[in-house]
Amino acid sequence: MSKRHHVTTTINGEESDFLCEPRQSLLEVLRDVLKLTGAKEGCNDGNCGACSVLVDGVLVDSCCVLGVEAEGKQIDTIEGMAVNGELHPLQKAFLEETGMQCGICTPGFLMSSKALLEKNPQPDEAEIRHWLAGNLCRCTGYDKIIRAVQRAANEMAGEKV
Amino acid sequence: MTTMDKKAEDLRVVGTRPVRPDGADKVTGRARFGDDIHLNNMLHGKMLRSPHAHAVIKSIDTSKAEAMPGVRAVICGKDFPVIEHKMVAQGEAGLADMRDISDNCMAKDKVLYDGHAVAAVAADNPHVAEEAVKLIEVEYELLPPLMNVRASMADDAPQVHEHSFPGAFIAPTEAHIANASRIHMANGDIEKGFAEADHIVEREFNTETYHQGYIESHITTVDWDSNDNLTLWTSTQGQFEIRDNLADVLEIPIGNVKVIPMEVGGAFGGKDRIYLDPVAALLSKKAAQPVKMAMRRDEVIRATGPSPGAHIKVKMGVKADGTIIAADYHLAYEAGAYAGGPIFLGVVSSTSRYNIPNLQVNGFDVIVNKPKTRPYRAPGAPQALFAVEQVIDELASLIDMDPVDFRIKNLTRSGDILLPGFPLAPLDTEALLQSVKAHPHYTAPLEGENRGRGVSYTMWFNLGAITSARLSVNPDGTVHMSSSNPDMSGTRMTLAMQAAEALGIDVAEFSANVPDSDSIGFAMPTVGSRTTYSTGIVVIEAAAEVLAEMSKRAAMIWEVEPDSVSVADGVFSSGDKSITFKELAHRMLDTGGPITVHKTGSPQSFIPAVAAHIVDVEVDVETGKVEILRYTAFQDVGKAVHPDYVEGQIQGSVVQGIGMALNEEYFYDDEGRLKNASLLDYRMPTSLDVPMIEAVILESPNPAHPYGVRGCGEISIIPPASALANAIHDAVGVRMDSMPMSPHKVCAAINNKS
Repeated sequence: MSKRHHVTTTINGEESDFLCEPRQSLLEVLRDVLKLTGAKEGCNDGNCGACSVLVDGVLVDSCCVLGVEAEGKQIDTIEGMAVNGELHPLQKAFLEETGMQCGICTPGFLMSSKALLEKNPQPDEAEIRHWLAGNLCRCTGYDKIIRAVQRAANEMAGEKV
Repeated sequence: MTTMDKKAEDLRVVGTRPVRPDGADKVTGRARFGDDIHLNNMLHGKMLRSPHAHAVIKSIDTSKAEAMPGVRAVICGKDFPVIEHKMVAQGEAGLADMRDISDNCMAKDKVLYDGHAVAAVAADNPHVAEEAVKLIEVEYELLPPLMNVRASMADDAPQVHEHSFPGAFIAPTEAHIANASRIHMANGDIEKGFAEADHIVEREFNTETYHQGYIESHITTVDWDSNDNLTLWTSTQGQFEIRDNLADVLEIPIGNVKVIPMEVGGAFGGKDRIYLDPVAALLSKKAAQPVKMAMRRDEVIRATGPSPGAHIKVKMGVKADGTIIAADYHLAYEAGAYAGGPIFLGVVSSTSRYNIPNLQVNGFDVIVNKPKTRPYRAPGAPQALFAVEQVIDELASLIDMDPVDFRIKNLTRSGDILLPGFPLAPLDTEALLQSVKAHPHYTAPLEGENRGRGVSYTMWFNLGAITSARLSVNPDGTVHMSSSNPDMSGTRMTLAMQAAEALGIDVAEFSANVPDSDSIGFAMPTVGSRTTYSTGIVVIEAAAEVLAEMSKRAAMIWEVEPDSVSVADGVFSSGDKSITFKELAHRMLDTGGPITVHKTGSPQSFIPAVAAHIVDVEVDVETGKVEILRYTAFQDVGKAVHPDYVEGQIQGSVVQGIGMALNEEYFYDDEGRLKNASLLDYRMPTSLDVPMIEAVILESPNPAHPYGVRGCGEISIIPPASALANAIHDAVGVRMDSMPMSPHKVCAAINNKS
């Protein structure tokens, strides 16, 4: 076993630190070390997006980032999306539009969608489909996921007015 | 969404769209899937898999792995009990050979496909386990691999299994040749039929192996405790099938095994069998610690699923008036490394939707050096329909008849006797196809070069089978509902809605769960479009018993005859007295104690459902890429319990069907090694590849269910491949005889034409 590194980071707005081996991915650290199991492993090689998180606001597949790379960074995960028990408009929209079936890909889609709406608050269907093409869903055929993102975008725009 | 054929109903709950009970945990990341279990002192198991498609195992040396620090247990085939050939009733699959199931979990003397498990390690963490696996030394003697049905059925093909037994998926096949067993069905006089035909079309098709593609891999955690009791936390379609498989393979009492079904991260037919479970169990026993095993994605693709590739020959004869007078089908399906693929359902699905007086089918279940096939959403049907529905399209154009009218003319209708000998249960097949013709999509102008439109029509069947459910009334008037079938996409809600309807209370009063195998009656797995239909019936029956018992309690309170108590919409009454469900629940404990009803039943199988799809495409003649411009899917669901979920089932099925039709396939090299075992190279549809899918729900009631429900989970995966093939033909004038219709094949077909 290789020597563990001490990593200091911010997770969902709170300072955090952990020990990890250099070979451990951020996904593994989140799930196995910090017990934040909301990010899911679907492929462990960056092709399914189920492990999507934000690192300093940038959307990444956490299976393709090393845990030690989190040093000094701001990490946002699905566990931080609802604030004080209040669901994010995207979470509400995924529920109300049934933008999920089995739910394994849902945290990844929500993190990706959140990153999209922060960059482009009013995306059209083509822009949503393009942005979410890094997240695989095998249940829904994407239709209701796209509608959920559109609904959340509209509701968030309405709130701002 | 369009809901057609809406009848005057007084259903309060069924047909509405409440938010699912498990939803909030799924959008917050709190839902617990198979990989979200962490037990104290838990080890991680990893598998060594064969790099060869077909080989004899000469020796296995595990000594270096065992000596590695952090390694707690190593096992291989010799650690398994020796199981003789034994056919056992197993879930959807009918009968299964327990020796094959054991050998598929871990090879004993021979490996039969690339990725076949040969040894396993449990260690303190998954990295150590993976390193230790690499230290295991295996000596193989290579044998020639058989990589498709024609190679396996050739006269000079080597025999894969020393003793080959026919399979029995739903129905048994009969012994035929060394590597293939057979189903033969026929009616009428096939030669006379073709002699009467004005036109005969004869075509040959090939389809490739493809995978269910669930995003969550296979994961299990097993604790073999000091009293030899086993507890499993696993992602499965059936806690009882896992339990019983495991007990049979390990030769331990069923009573020692408890299976806790976790949230299922996609399955589609591929998670109804043991793979890792007995391996993790034996590692746990040896190490005296709990063991978790999770497959990597490449292991999932190499060693689980898949759906069979096939070689199909279709010959059909039609009279000038549009009557299909004769048909002869040859369906040779891969079984994988062990017998028992879905050939019977290929036979049934290819013959059930048209009345053909002279009809013959020869179906073959063929051993190849690929992983054992598992059911995938309407197993066996898409392959056969890809072939038959293209020939139907060709026949219609030969006699210059509208392709939907041609199908209507030849439809099977309620009461018609299908080829396997049973009558078609009631449903309105013509209404579905008339709704296709009446839909604006069917007649919408399709302008532009290389654009085309295709249609396809299919029939599929719901399984009934054994199922169990329990309703417990709580003193505050809420109700616990336990159902025996793992929930893959919202069935806790659709069952609670049916219970709420039957009890006359609001669905918000329910908490719904899927208990472990100790805590509810036996059931077949969640397969065959059965849960909302079949378990729904049992839930409604349980609700009727709850109401009967509560009526007795009301009668006791009022000192009247129980027969005088009636109940409607959650209110019990007798004469001028009345009491609500909730008020009566408050009195439960002082009127005779808790009210809990557990029901088990085995509703009727072979409930039919039908679907038809229209698709518009544009073919890029330079690259062969097929772009989908518009898609409309019509499906008869009997009664849509939760229309959003029904639409979701239809849309998800369509997109899986598009994936298999246009891209998804296993690429093996000449040595039988899989070359595309990743989600980059095994190309499933992304959000960019598909348009919105319009779902048109039809409701021709199923008389076998109190609210008319038919299962809706599978059928719409069947038509996309043939609808797309017909659309490609309409667009560029070529017939596609190979699935998937990937760009290079479309290009080649276009180039061959010109």
